[in-house]
Amino acid sequence: MTDITKETIMPPRSFLSQDAIQVFYRLLAALLICAVLAVLSDSFLSLGNILNVLRQASLTFFIASGLTLVVLTAGLDLSVGANVALSACIAGTVIHKTGSPALGILTGLACGGVVGLLNGVMVTALRIPSFIATYGMLWVLNGLTYWYMAGETLHGFPAGFRQIGSGYLFGLPIPVYLLLVFLGIGTFFAQRTIWGQEIYAIGANPVAARLSGIPVARRLLLVYTVSGIMAGLASIIFLSRLNSAEADIGESLTLPAIAAVLIGGTSLFGGVGTVFGTFIGALILTLVLNGMNLLSVSANWQPLVTGIIVILAVWLDMKTRRRAQ
Amino acid sequence: MSDALPIEVTSPTPLLELRGISKEFPGVKALDDVSFAVYPGEVHMLLGENGAGKSSLMKVLCGAYRADAGEFYYRGEKVAISSTADAQKLGIAVIFQEFSLVPYLDIAQNIFLGREPKGRIPGTIDRRRILADAKHVLGKIGFDIDPSTTVDKLGVAQQQMVEIAKAISQNARILVMDEPTAALSDRETELLFELIARLKADGVSIVYISHRMAEVFALGDRITVLRDGRRIDGVRPGDVTPDQLVRMMVGRNVDMTYPRHFADKPGEVLLQVKGLTASTGISDINIEVRRGEIVGLCGLVGSGRSEVARAIFGADPVTSGEIIFDGKTISGEPDLAARRGIALIPESRKSEGLALLRSVSDNLVVSALRKLFPSGLFDSRGAQRTSDALIRQLRIATPSARQTVGLLSGGNQQKVVIGKWLAAGSKLFIFDEPTRGIDIGAKSEIFALIDRLVAEGAAALMISSEQIEICHVCDRAYVMREGRIAGHLTRSELTEENIVRLGMHHA
Repeated sequence: MTDITKETIMPPRSFLSQDAIQVFYRLLAALLICAVLAVLSDSFLSLGNILNVLRQASLTFFIASGLTLVVLTAGLDLSVGANVALSACIAGTVIHKTGSPALGILTGLACGGVVGLLNGVMVTALRIPSFIATYGMLWVLNGLTYWYMAGETLHGFPAGFRQIGSGYLFGLPIPVYLLLVFLGIGTFFAQRTIWGQEIYAIGANPVAARLSGIPVARRLLLVYTVSGIMAGLASIIFLSRLNSAEADIGESLTLPAIAAVLIGGTSLFGGVGTVFGTFIGALILTLVLNGMNLLSVSANWQPLVTGIIVILAVWLDMKTRRRAQ
Repeated sequence: MSDALPIEVTSPTPLLELRGISKEFPGVKALDDVSFAVYPGEVHMLLGENGAGKSSLMKVLCGAYRADAGEFYYRGEKVAISSTADAQKLGIAVIFQEFSLVPYLDIAQNIFLGREPKGRIPGTIDRRRILADAKHVLGKIGFDIDPSTTVDKLGVAQQQMVEIAKAISQNARILVMDEPTAALSDRETELLFELIARLKADGVSIVYISHRMAEVFALGDRITVLRDGRRIDGVRPGDVTPDQLVRMMVGRNVDMTYPRHFADKPGEVLLQVKGLTASTGISDINIEVRRGEIVGLCGLVGSGRSEVARAIFGADPVTSGEIIFDGKTISGEPDLAARRGIALIPESRKSEGLALLRSVSDNLVVSALRKLFPSGLFDSRGAQRTSDALIRQLRIATPSARQTVGLLSGGNQQKVVIGKWLAAGSKLFIFDEPTRGIDIGAKSEIFALIDRLVAEGAAALMISSEQIEICHVCDRAYVMREGRIAGHLTRSELTEENIVRLGMHHA
């Protein structure tokens, strides 16, 4: 028996979509944090600090933007950090060996993409839940990277290559341009292409999506591959900014990326969220950490604060969504 | 019509009486001054279209909703039902359509879930006693099965028996059943009816919600009809005709005949299935569907009808055989079948047909994205225009295309599932139980729609457990039995008797 009462009492969806409202609240929260920090700390509003925040946020965003697509399909990619490490080490080696940054960049992106594709194959062809498949992949990649690097550190890359991570163009760091470009591409892909629409449909109900004629397996392969390529891109920025690569650089990257996705309003159950939300999520995360640094709060508190923000953001989302239904 | 209890009754005091129950949600009166009485050992049929208030009344009865106004009397004494615990104490149990069993626990554990007898060591369960108690309860309802069987191995009918056993073990005196036969085969339905008779004899009262006229007359001692949240009338089955009941339910005269314009001559062959065999339990299926035809696919639940539909659509892998659609062989995933022009309207529209949390518009265009936006660029205004047109064409009752589809009624949700294939321009529509859980008004609209589709050159393959629907709507029908086609019935041979005869085991 269906319940028509629920239907008749529901007001129609408001003028703004649920996604737009979510993003709006998040922008407000980010501005609020900025205002508070501006009052508490004199150095927060300095140009140098703001550019620093943006640059740091960009790294989290690159990883998190690909991850957002995965999470939109109700999947998860836990291997992104390990993927960054492996891709960075391989790209670094290629640059050292060949002296060609272009070749290194391509190798880094390709390595990331292949890892992502393998994740996709495990999820689609082997039907392993993404959480488990990518968790296993995390260990495999870590193992490969440690074996490959054998405790060595790669450093000293050509000056031109280092410009990508630390250079400026018209007064703005180059990663910030890259951030804007990929924010645009990601948003366009998710909102304005039919593949994006299909990804939302898969996340909302994979069975119905398949029975509606969506090639679910192919779209999932695409999504995991994109997530891998974005990890590859992050590895290049990382390499270029630090001017070095070690086996363990990926270990602190995965969880912040997931945090950015969740703070940004993408539901782990799939079908809800935006790439722009993830950008703001990365921004909020970075702002808070930056503020804590400026206010000389011990770094030991940072994980705790991150955890509270994630829980708070998801809880508020669920509350507003429940009210909307 | 009168609002007082109109009927002289077998027992002077009702077991449970509701007086003047009202329940309001913002913007709608779900229940408006409804009075309702259940007498010991009677089967009380609750009738009404979707949205008439049956579900709300049921939820008030079992304490899930709190009534805004009204009084409850148990054996003549005033009581309060303000929580499910209150209802349970009064012996009210509800068997919902969706069961609340834990699949990986066994029958005994499910029956006594949360009330397990304690073992000697604290924190343990007395396994021997729980099995013995379960056996006793199962015996009471005449269900002969090993109580240590896990529930995930049971069919729908058996799970329902476990639910009933659970209710009986809690000393339920009033059993509310929501369309209990919706997913049962004829044989299983018979067994259920026998059980209901037995429960009645034990003095258990049954409140029975049904959309099936035949059951109402076969089982009911009394009938209460609801419409728009109000109690329209209470009658005895002997005093009314089905037509009168329908009129009470819908408040207007409804054309009970199904609209269908039979074509003199069917068109060319659109679908040809040759020797189709799949690991899901179907073998050697041969079917042909021509343009302009509605072809029925009948048989008992579990005879393989849905499996045939899924195999044709590519949803299940095929082991052998050939599917020729529009002159070309197809094999592969559903996306291929969909692109070639086959549409599947699955049996379970909530879990397989719709993304419930997405909007009406999102759901309507999901299968037509490539057709509507050949460049690959999605345009939400274009999607909106297509959706608005479909909403008008199918008369989908929704405040807007942005409405979340899960909030629509069953009939309107079904129209959305059909609509997405209209948008995709499909040529063959495979309907799996298209009218399940849909009220009478929406049913005839859906049949009119199917009729129009085939008149315009499409074709339909229709699975239905409602044999009368098949008989009225289909040009011809295949009858399945145990995974095979047991026979074919032409229009003139298409009668309920013939369908049952062919579909029965050992016929």
